[in-house]
Amino acid sequence: MQAPKQMVLEAIQSISPEASLERGQVVAQVRRENLRKVLKACKEDPRLRFDFLMDVVGVDYLGQKPRFEVVYLLYSSATNHRLRVKVRVEEGESLPSMVGLWASADWAEREVWDMYGIKFEGHPNLKRILLFEEFEGHPLRKDYPTERRQKIPKIEESL
Amino acid sequence: MMSATGENNILTTKLSEVIAWGRKYSLWPMPFGTACCAIEFMGAVSAVFDISRFGAELVRFSPRQSDLLLVLGTINYKQAAILKKIYEQMCEPKYVIAVGACATCGGFYDNYAVLQGIDEVIPVDVYVPGCPPRPEQILLSIVKLQEKIDAQARGEVAKDAKRAAPEILYSSKVPTV
Repeated sequence: MQAPKQMVLEAIQSISPEASLERGQVVAQVRRENLRKVLKACKEDPRLRFDFLMDVVGVDYLGQKPRFEVVYLLYSSATNHRLRVKVRVEEGESLPSMVGLWASADWAEREVWDMYGIKFEGHPNLKRILLFEEFEGHPLRKDYPTERRQKIPKIEESL
Repeated sequence: MMSATGENNILTTKLSEVIAWGRKYSLWPMPFGTACCAIEFMGAVSAVFDISRFGAELVRFSPRQSDLLLVLGTINYKQAAILKKIYEQMCEPKYVIAVGACATCGGFYDNYAVLQGIDEVIPVDVYVPGCPPRPEQILLSIVKLQEKIDAQARGEVAKDAKRAAPEILYSSKVPTV
């Protein structure tokens, strides 16, 4: 019998050939245009069944091209497997929103927008989630100065 | 002068001093606790340290019923407006103590989200350093505030110049219990 992790790896490799084992964990690096197809298969393929999107996180590789990376952390409550799907995105480019596939993508994508300024096409309510609306810039970008201070918001703005 | 029996005597004083005496020994604190300094304040209120020895034990959680705002913890930009509104809801005369490094200057949170000291939004009477301060320091800040209220009543400190002469406490001379 195959090791369960190997089964996940082979299943994901049939959809996204660049998937590999990184430190014993299954990671799939996908291209931006294939993202929706791959993530849809991750959820709906009977071999994968990743029914839970745990988080969506951004990474800023300042100086590289494409500059940003977005990582989707998936979990399957049916098979107890985990999977990371990584996609690179250039500044100004957008990614398709996954709210239609997993409702948990809603807040996670808003946080990535808030902190990194990466847009998600088709998101129903893409506005800041943690910071206030008048905040200028995206603070987890590596070129956001540590010492930069914002205007103190009025109470109507901050809530 | 008081006689041994306490009869037929007159005590003369100034009205402003009686008012100051009343104010300084009946401070009603309102804790605006956002972090670990609030836990230290609980210690300062409780039996071992006992803030009621200084007449400031009647903790209220409504700004309208209190005259001493204790800011205990990190204040970020989103909370700054709320803190200001709560300060504005307090009736005069009102006093503010910034407890701990975060409320005083942002502490080690030198980042995009945290206010670098509450004096950016409200005037502060006494600053207490420490991360978090010992309960004795909080008690000392109450005593310092009482001295300041007394000095204001005597005209030694201008009432409106709260920003001009804030008290800054240093932790090196704090007595231990």
